[in-house]
Amino acid sequence: MTGVRVLVGTRKGAFVLTSDGQREAWDVSGPNFPGWEIYHVAGSPADQDRLYASQSTGWFGQLIQRSDDGGASWAPVGSEFSYDGVPGTHQWYDGTPHPWEFARVWHLEPSLDDPDTVYAGVEDAGLFRSDDGGHHWQELPGLRGHDSGPSWQPGAGGMCLHTIVLDPATPGRMFAAISAAGAFRSDDAGQTWRPVNRGLHSDGIPDPDAEVGHCVHRIAQHPARPSVLYMQKHWDVMRSDDAGESWREVSGNLPTDFGFPIGVHAHEPDTVYVVPITSDSEHFPPEGRLRVYRSRTGGDDWEPLTKGLPQKHCYVNVLRDAMAVDALDSCGVYFGTTGGQVYASADSGDSWAPIVRDLPAVLSVEVQTLP
Amino acid sequence: MIRVVLPAHLRTLARVDGEVRLDVAGAVTQRSVLDALEARYPVLAGTIRDRDGGRRRAFVRFFACELDLSHEPPDAPLPEAVASGAEPYLIVGAMAGG
Repeated sequence: MTGVRVLVGTRKGAFVLTSDGQREAWDVSGPNFPGWEIYHVAGSPADQDRLYASQSTGWFGQLIQRSDDGGASWAPVGSEFSYDGVPGTHQWYDGTPHPWEFARVWHLEPSLDDPDTVYAGVEDAGLFRSDDGGHHWQELPGLRGHDSGPSWQPGAGGMCLHTIVLDPATPGRMFAAISAAGAFRSDDAGQTWRPVNRGLHSDGIPDPDAEVGHCVHRIAQHPARPSVLYMQKHWDVMRSDDAGESWREVSGNLPTDFGFPIGVHAHEPDTVYVVPITSDSEHFPPEGRLRVYRSRTGGDDWEPLTKGLPQKHCYVNVLRDAMAVDALDSCGVYFGTTGGQVYASADSGDSWAPIVRDLPAVLSVEVQTLP
Repeated sequence: MIRVVLPAHLRTLARVDGEVRLDVAGAVTQRSVLDALEARYPVLAGTIRDRDGGRRRAFVRFFACELDLSHEPPDAPLPEAVASGAEPYLIVGAMAGG
């Protein structure tokens, strides 16, 4: 293992940060697509040079960009996202039916083994797939067409499908998460789906056994133990040991269990990272102290990681797609903030340093480990 | 020859500098000009108007000859000065956002 490439999406462009295995000196390139919102940049696990980026603005809509040379150059591919059939309605904030309308691509998830296959999670919540390197997109309508679909409601950020997890061990199994519908699982490569939210409890839902309606913020999985899932919900950090069939809370001694991202150490399936945020109405760290919390026990017991992070006057947020890990022997952990900092730790979170301090607000961070 | 001025982001996308010059067959209307533009630069499809239905995107405006044509019917003839190439057809990103 010789290096890492950190892919950063921001409110005003994409940046590519590269370093060798020491992860001390960094090359910063960008902005790519200056002035555009880059919700997500993702690299193919099957081809390190194949990258996909979601590019959009309120003015000119959605584009998908592709790089075949690790981000040195980019070209637009297909950007037509048409829902399958007659889209129908979901619930609007006031409870009335609202037509499904495409807004943007929140998340791109390249296939584990084919660089030309990539999934896209979109707002209003839907799942699309391309098998030709992003030129053409087809909806997998079984998710949006689930019986509960007409009852889904948007969260404050829109009704977005923001998380796609491809199970590396069970062929055809994948997970998706939608705000504010919840988590869903498919066992047939995305053709059919069912909610997997048993054990989630949300104050905003009167029915304690509600099948959908939960504001799941992020799901993480360790590839060596894919039946275990970790979830950062609107409130509550959750864990499932049975591939989502049931969940239990593992917030333990966290100072607050509200937050957005959650990540798992590359080599330790029981080591989990979250960034506690004060509350749903105060999207900044408690006491103005930016702390990543790490559990080495799969949840419940958490320790604050503060070395190198600002411990006063810090009022940034870390968004759901803005944390990632590398796969070097000493696992690197990375996250970006709404204040434009991208922090890196080359020692599993024990210490941190900023790679950059003054980017536009960071929307997403992904990491590629380079051979 | 129709002259079209694109906003900066769309010039970058289409990889053009300055004005775009288009040949438009038949009646010169907003629809026929945009059809010709998207045929020349497929990457612009969906960035100015909806792919289906052709509705103008909310934060895009169409100007020509000191007139705001944004709300004109898409099949209405454009001013003769645009059809003759004397004046450009302006596609403008609205002043909004940050």
